[in-house]
Amino acid sequence: MNVTARSQDSTDIVLETHDLTVAYDKKPVLYGIDVAVTPGQLVGIMGPNGAGKSTLIKAIMGLLDPASGWIQIFGEPNTTQRKRVSYVPQRREVDWDFPVTVMDVVLMGRYGHLGLFRRPGKRDREIAMEALEKVNMIPYAGRQISNLSGGQQQRVFLARALAQEADLYLMDEPFVGVDAATESTIIQLLHDLRSNGKTILVVHHDLPTARNYFDSLLLLNMRMIAFGPVDEVFREDLLQRAYGGRLTILSEVAEEVGEKSKVDVSASS
Amino acid sequence: MVVKARFQMFAVVLLGALFLVPQTVEAAKISELVEVHVGEQFVRFFSFRDPAIRHILVGCFFMGINFGLLGTFVVVRKMALVGDTLSHAVLPGVAVGFLFTMSKEPWSILLGATLAGLLGTALVSWIKRSTKLKQDAALGMVLATFFALGVCIIKLIEGLPSVNKSGLDHFFYGQAAALGTGDLWMMGGTAVLACLLIALLYPPLLATSFDQVFARSVGLPERLLYHLLMFLLALATVVALQAVGALMVSAMLITPAATAYLLTKRLHTMLLIATVLAIVSGMLGAFFSFVGEGLVKHALPTGPSMALCAGAFFLLAFFFSPYHGFLFRWYRKFSQTRQITVENTLKAVYRAMELDRFKNEGIPVKSLASGARETLEATHKRLKLLVRDRLATLADDGDVVYLTPDGLQHASRVVRNHRLWELYLTNEADYDADHVHADAEKVEHILREEQVMQLERYLDYPEQDPHGKRIPSLRDTQRLPLKDLAGKEDADT
Repeated sequence: MNVTARSQDSTDIVLETHDLTVAYDKKPVLYGIDVAVTPGQLVGIMGPNGAGKSTLIKAIMGLLDPASGWIQIFGEPNTTQRKRVSYVPQRREVDWDFPVTVMDVVLMGRYGHLGLFRRPGKRDREIAMEALEKVNMIPYAGRQISNLSGGQQQRVFLARALAQEADLYLMDEPFVGVDAATESTIIQLLHDLRSNGKTILVVHHDLPTARNYFDSLLLLNMRMIAFGPVDEVFREDLLQRAYGGRLTILSEVAEEVGEKSKVDVSASS
Repeated sequence: MVVKARFQMFAVVLLGALFLVPQTVEAAKISELVEVHVGEQFVRFFSFRDPAIRHILVGCFFMGINFGLLGTFVVVRKMALVGDTLSHAVLPGVAVGFLFTMSKEPWSILLGATLAGLLGTALVSWIKRSTKLKQDAALGMVLATFFALGVCIIKLIEGLPSVNKSGLDHFFYGQAAALGTGDLWMMGGTAVLACLLIALLYPPLLATSFDQVFARSVGLPERLLYHLLMFLLALATVVALQAVGALMVSAMLITPAATAYLLTKRLHTMLLIATVLAIVSGMLGAFFSFVGEGLVKHALPTGPSMALCAGAFFLLAFFFSPYHGFLFRWYRKFSQTRQITVENTLKAVYRAMELDRFKNEGIPVKSLASGARETLEATHKRLKLLVRDRLATLADDGDVVYLTPDGLQHASRVVRNHRLWELYLTNEADYDADHVHADAEKVEHILREEQVMQLERYLDYPEQDPHGKRIPSLRDTQRLPLKDLAGKEDADT
């Protein structure tokens, strides 16, 4: 019975979090998030600054440890599923003067599959080239990354994620600071991924475009405000709750929790 | 790009050759001879004859490998100050290691120094975590305090009676001649470890250096790799102390890697170039201090002269690097300026021809000069550029200028760019017709062929610019006899 239940889980639910609380630098940023995402969805994660959007993604990726609750991907603990999950960090988080070419960066998408000691082979190069083709960046494959525009940088990151050949994609603000051509490339790419049965979560900032871009929205402001199809979630009252008056008492308490545990640390050491 | 790659190859080979030459031309020198010329000393030094000098050179070789490889990662990970701190923080460990055996026993010094280095770096991250202070302040503080402690202990030891403390000051400025066999073994061992680590783990090291967060997200052991690098860095620093000195270690660690950073766009070539530079700087530095010693008759520290050699290579790269080099940037700017002058002159000749409906091929230089409100000499100077590029010829003692077919073609292209751009600005960007000239003056030189065709399609193949002048068509910018242009000009009116 257990076996059937498990396989049932892994086909129905791509990502599930249960009572997920995440703290950043000892200060809770997300409280008790319960989410279950079904396959083939394009989900926008939205909320004001400091709502915990990036934190949620990082927790799902296993880059931050939850303070409580759990995260499952395809019915298994998230840290065991790294090969099936792909992450697109914010563009400004790396040094774009680093001495690597576009191709080098895209090949890094294969490293998770290669392990520590294996080098990328012919097959990996082919996959990387295909990924570059999907974002129209083949002509730039040999360029050093410092010669790229913002939109091109974003496309390189997307190509690296595509090269991972994952089933679940988590993207942190891929639309920030890109040109119109890149924006439409990204949209096209997201739609292609979705029609191949992939699931995509995108942290997004811009309310007006959100409606057209996504199937579902996850409204976040330290707590989960709403999660569901765009038509149901994109409502005045829900948006007001997410963006309007912040949960003042919650954030004040979080602040104090952070302060207190810092004092604890210095007292104990 | 191919040219640049060749340039790199050439530079590397050249540096390599420079270093091999003395071995092949090696004459039958006897080391007891008193050399007079620097050249002879050079041969003696690099001929591997003298066992003491062989020690020095082998030491420099291993040290160069260590510093070139690890320095590259230090530079691209923006940890230069970390390396600097490490090299200063090991000093008290050296002193305590010495106290332990009361001699320059390499193993106890290695142990003491490594422990002190690890303690220093641990202290930095502890300060960072538990106070508001940021990394740079924590590093600076630990660096200075540990170094001060080391200086105090060493000075105390030097005051002790009946201790063989000769050469303790080498740990400040370095003395490659003092390298013992034990030191060489440790340097060699570290070099083998560093090569092994980088050869085996190059892909994950590259990924974690470029994007830590992503590397962790695909499951690479980012922290482990970082600690491995730091451990090797500590080891490389400690074993090099004797040769370079605590004060100069960071120069040898960072300068060759920083130089390589200017010369390449791939991490693996950077590793190679940094290593070669570090080896060569170390050897040349040791050589110069050896020559200087002969001149001033007392031992000179090797660390500073190695650091100076590395600095000299950096200066060379700064001026001559094909990517960021000062000279190349200057040349690029110069040739751009020249190109603009050529094109503006062509345009002036074209306008003068147009003014007279292309009836005459020759344009008097005098009218060009008065049109441009400049002296005949200045106009001549500009026209000479056209002649040199075979775009025009001067006749009648330089009084009349004729455009060659190539020149006419090029001129039509520039005028076409200019007028299309003016039209685009007035039609599509709502500029007034009298506001567009200055912008078109700049843009005409940089529009690419496909952009021009795009503009033309967009403007529906226009024939006249906003001032009512004819825009040369694509056919005009290809080879055309002059009478065709004259015919068109007449047809327009």
